[in-house]
Amino acid sequence: MELQAVLMAAGGGSRMTDLTYNTPKAMLPVGNKPLMWYPLNLLEKVGFEEVIVITTKEVQKAMSTDLKIKDVKMKLDVVSIQEDGDMGTADALRHIQPKIKTDILVLSCDLITDVALHEVVDLFRAHNATMAMLMSKAHEFTETVPGQKGKKKTAEQRDFVGVDKSGKRLLFMANEADLEDGLSIRKSIMRKHPRMLIKTGLVDAHLYCLKKAVVDFLTENKSISSIRGELVPYLVRKQFSKTVNSQKLKDDTDDQTQEKNDGPLLISSRDEPLLQLAQERSCWNDHRGDMSEAYHGGKLRCYVHIMDQGLCCRVNTLAAYIEVNRLAPKLFEEPSVHPSADISERCQMGSDSIIGAVCHIADKTSIKRSTIGNFTTVKEKVKVTNSIIMHGVTIEEGCNIQGSVICSNAVIGRGADLKYCLVGNGQHIEPEGKSTKNSSDRL
Amino acid sequence: MADSGVIDGPGRKDEIERAKSEGKDLTKEEKQRLRKEKKQQKKIKEKKDDKASQENEKEKKPVTSAAPASQPPTQPTVQKAPSAVPATAPVSVPASEASVPADKPTKTKAELKAERRARQEAERASKQTKKGETGQQAATSKPKAPPSDLQPVVKRLPEHIQVDNPDVLKKLAKKLERQQTPEHYAAKKIPLRSDYGYKVSLFSHLHQYSRKAPLTQQLSIPSTVIHPAIVRLGLQYSHGIVAGSNARSVALLHAFKQVIRDYTTPQNEELSRDLVNKLKPYISFLNQCRPLSASMGNAIKYIKKEISNIPSNCKEDEAKNKLLNCIESYINEKIILAGVAIAKCAIEKQKISDGDVILVYGCSSLVNHILCKAFEKNRKFRVIVVDSRPRLEGKEALRRLVQKGISCTYVLISAVSYILPEVSKVFLGAHALLANGYVMSRVGTSQIALVAKAFNVPVLVCCETYKFCDRVQTDSFVSNELDDPDDLIVTRKGTTPLEGWENESSLGLLNLVYDVTPPDFVDLVITELGMIPCTSVPVVLRVKNVDQ
Repeated sequence: MELQAVLMAAGGGSRMTDLTYNTPKAMLPVGNKPLMWYPLNLLEKVGFEEVIVITTKEVQKAMSTDLKIKDVKMKLDVVSIQEDGDMGTADALRHIQPKIKTDILVLSCDLITDVALHEVVDLFRAHNATMAMLMSKAHEFTETVPGQKGKKKTAEQRDFVGVDKSGKRLLFMANEADLEDGLSIRKSIMRKHPRMLIKTGLVDAHLYCLKKAVVDFLTENKSISSIRGELVPYLVRKQFSKTVNSQKLKDDTDDQTQEKNDGPLLISSRDEPLLQLAQERSCWNDHRGDMSEAYHGGKLRCYVHIMDQGLCCRVNTLAAYIEVNRLAPKLFEEPSVHPSADISERCQMGSDSIIGAVCHIADKTSIKRSTIGNFTTVKEKVKVTNSIIMHGVTIEEGCNIQGSVICSNAVIGRGADLKYCLVGNGQHIEPEGKSTKNSSDRL
Repeated sequence: MADSGVIDGPGRKDEIERAKSEGKDLTKEEKQRLRKEKKQQKKIKEKKDDKASQENEKEKKPVTSAAPASQPPTQPTVQKAPSAVPATAPVSVPASEASVPADKPTKTKAELKAERRARQEAERASKQTKKGETGQQAATSKPKAPPSDLQPVVKRLPEHIQVDNPDVLKKLAKKLERQQTPEHYAAKKIPLRSDYGYKVSLFSHLHQYSRKAPLTQQLSIPSTVIHPAIVRLGLQYSHGIVAGSNARSVALLHAFKQVIRDYTTPQNEELSRDLVNKLKPYISFLNQCRPLSASMGNAIKYIKKEISNIPSNCKEDEAKNKLLNCIESYINEKIILAGVAIAKCAIEKQKISDGDVILVYGCSSLVNHILCKAFEKNRKFRVIVVDSRPRLEGKEALRRLVQKGISCTYVLISAVSYILPEVSKVFLGAHALLANGYVMSRVGTSQIALVAKAFNVPVLVCCETYKFCDRVQTDSFVSNELDDPDDLIVTRKGTTPLEGWENESSLGLLNLVYDVTPPDFVDLVITELGMIPCTSVPVVLRVKNVDQ
């Protein structure tokens, strides 16, 4: 077997607590499908037959009842971990280490993309890389986010990504938070790759192909707890460290301990001499201009595929969630109105709206650019624009909902006027209530 | 004809049976008599047959034409004959039995024979007309051997140089479909890589692929149909990461080792037969990633031979170990030790002497090895590295030689006639040596050999014997490889002149990979068997075949 897929679905959604305090992030509906269905669909389309899903018990329960997830033809091996949130992604990998028999493809459940996965995996295969990841050019979110008063300056920290001039080899990766006093680049990197492009406007898709040796390395180094935060920068740095490249420093005691730690990382496969011979005899080099052989003799290599076209979105903030609800349905050729929905003829429905299953939409309603979840009831004379309505919601007559997110099982009273609001689970909005840019939850 | 053996002249049969039952062997005379009588009977039957069948046809024709059945009147006459004859055959058999009860079995059997013959001839005729309709492919595909007594050898053109023939492409697609490994259902098959871009008309019979459309696009990602090691190898070939005849063969054998290690014999199958079938789709896959080289072809032949020579009583583990050892020894003998022998030969026979100025072209692993070894043995020489676009492999050769400490000069191929007066010897590597003495090597090699000949500079080709190939070729057009045309596009000072080349209808980009050098330009070939002239290649091949 070549690759095993691992889906990380235990995330808490810490940056959108308004949505996730009742529904776990993995089961948030996007275009009337649970969020984790999208990466599963991506894996299924590409040809995977089995996926290891790491998640919490809550999500596991929700998964077993969800129709869409039952539709997935792959074999889902669900591993549940504690919900206390102390377990990072790398800890989770350590937890399932006995199941891992070969190289892995790690995905996050909040990734929605239409990338051609073979681009990432081909880099991993062709260059015999230790890690290959996917990144995408970031897009500005243009929609107004409900519940936010005024334009919130994104205090998001920038990621600095350094690639070589082919744009494929990953040379440098650091987050702004870790760079206290400026960005420093080691001379050894500059000597080997004099041309480096540093990009900041990239979004990490949290899709990684890792060699099995990395998982073994994690079991020995228990201090690494997050893939993105610690493991990836570590691997990128390790490409250019001295012990990896030169075998002459075995006498140095410091390097010895480091070497012991890196031991599993540098495990060479059987027939290494044959591969060496093939590489020696091959007249290919990945760089020109200096005296070193291909890859500068380094055994640890990290590659990145940067997508510039197509959709690649991580749903970890409210703004992203809203944006994705607009874009995700365009990925699939499904009818925008579910066949079991009951829509009266005098309803004005825009072409980019989605109506879920078993809905009742009454007369004289206008639904534009919105997503309506399953089992919702929309009574007469309701205007819904630019909004996301989740499952089981009841909207009474005469309401006007604009740019809002209404969570599951909420009830909006008659004549309510909501603009850019976020209504939590199971909330009741009073009739004739007027709210603008409000976020009501847990009242 | 099944009937004829059973039904026999009743009289003779009784006699023979009596003889057999009595336990006597039929004497020679009796046997001869039997034979003569059989022949006579046959002749009589045939005469009667023809008459009978003619009569029957005349009788039955009005019947069949009356019966509308499934014969539309617009059918051409050719096709009506075969359809009429089988119609008459079943009809005539009971009819003949009914009408001619006297001659009962012999008549019907003879009639059947005649009808069958007529049917076969009619089918043959219809095939001929069909072939005539579909065009002059008879010329390029299987040349029809005239039904003469000479029986000339029928040569079939390989499909990789018939890309402009749609029938051949269809056949290739079907072959790939059939080659899926047996345990996977028909949905998973080896994908067909499609050609890219406009092909220059002289070379339109060859494949031209684009690096941006890899074959892995059409494969499932945890690749199950093709072993992951082979997918990796295919990618490395198509990206050019593994390039060069020796490197490709070694990488191929390494991948085969992994395949053999992961192989388990299915139930009711023999390793010797099943493993060869397993390797076929992998080889088709690799061929599509990048056309196989002659050295790879020879390596594959060797492996297939070794696999099919495994005795059936051998246990699976033993067999696998044996195969792995075979591969190891093949690489060791034919590549590594051959390289050592060639270097020794070249250095000891003073082919590299002090004060020499040696010209090399491109990056040949063997030539680099020889030069490095000679330098280690303290010969004083300098090297001129000639390079050409778009691959610029000379830069890699330059790096390796300079790293050793050899003093080098670097020029592009356009300067070769300028630099040649300084040169004392030319060392060339080879991709393959053809059976008529031609040397197939990187494009540009024949130019260098030509110019060297004009300057009276000796040209030495270094080549291991496992690259010797049975093919015969006198020009570089018939069989070659077309690389990605986008490699020719270069950006200088911010502008890319060839950027939109696909949109220009009268512009074609040609990126050839190989060319052939005639033996007149090559003075010596250094192999591990010794130094031979170019024309002795067929002798070596013959000796090799005898050995095997």
